[in-house]
Amino acid sequence: MLTILYFASVRERVGRAAEELALPAGVADVAGLLRHLGERGGAWEGLARIGNLRCAVNQQMVALDSPIADGDELAFFPPVTGG
Amino acid sequence: MNDRQLLRYSRHILLDEIGIAGQQRLVDARALIIGAGGLGSPAALYLASAGVGRITLVDGDTVDLTNLQRQILHSEDRLGQTKVSSGQTALRGINPDVLVETVPHRVSDKPLAALVADADVVLDCSDNFATRHAVNRACVRHRKPLVSGAAIRFAGQLAVFDSRRGDGGPCYNCLFPETGEADEVRCAVMGVFAPLAGIIGTMQAAEALKLIAGAGEIIVGRLWLLDGLAMEWRSVRFGQDPQCAVCAPSAIK
Ligand SMILES: [Zn+2]
Repeated sequence: MLTILYFASVRERVGRAAEELALPAGVADVAGLLRHLGERGGAWEGLARIGNLRCAVNQQMVALDSPIADGDELAFFPPVTGG
Repeated sequence: MNDRQLLRYSRHILLDEIGIAGQQRLVDARALIIGAGGLGSPAALYLASAGVGRITLVDGDTVDLTNLQRQILHSEDRLGQTKVSSGQTALRGINPDVLVETVPHRVSDKPLAALVADADVVLDCSDNFATRHAVNRACVRHRKPLVSGAAIRFAGQLAVFDSRRGDGGPCYNCLFPETGEADEVRCAVMGVFAPLAGIIGTMQAAEALKLIAGAGEIIVGRLWLLDGLAMEWRSVRFGQDPQCAVCAPSAIK
């Protein structure tokens, strides 16, 4: 299973803070997971297009082409401004 | 410090991690606060009450009724004043020993460089990415510690950058590169939960005071993410981007 966390505007778009997901077949990296999530349609389709979307795998920020494996915790977050 | 100051700051001096030496460093310190809004309010109030000797407030806005829900530096009777002037009044009321300087406009790179060069610590409490990147560039260039906070709706972020270290510590641009495509959302349209600004701004004050006083540990290379609806914190580590346009060795002239 993957644990996926969504923060700030990402959370608002997809309407949830977290989910558990079995590692989808054929998904090997963060970008692949984003494509997979995008297939859900609706707000999920725009996920990969969020400006400056960042991802952390097991609490370490990584590039979107970084590999993922069963058991990983992923967190998606955008830059937040507002003071 | 005189006797009155020793009494005023006694609850800090009682803390072994601060003590007289740490409090003296606070009294001698110069803090630059960019933005006197939701984050800058609690940050400035705590820095002033804790005795930071000189505080420079930078903000181009005036106090509006919609600010008062969360911007606790300001008050009903100062509506229409510049935020920096209103803030100066509030800080003087709390601690007249603190010298409060005001810059009543949004700053671009050039004036920012002089302000940052003159500060011991910089708090980014601004509400837009252009300012955040300008502040970061100035802090890297002048090797000043930067305590960066952000809050919108129920979401908060906090990170400390310290380019004094010279060990490849990351900068704000390593975390969120300036691409011009970030979807910028403003409090004006998105709303912000009042105490969320207080939580993040107060954490900025805490990290800034620790930095100045030399108390505890400053965690660099870590972004704190607050989900204010679940009231859950997560932190993620990040490193220097070797291609960073701001702090990579090849970028620093
Ligand atoms: Zn950098």
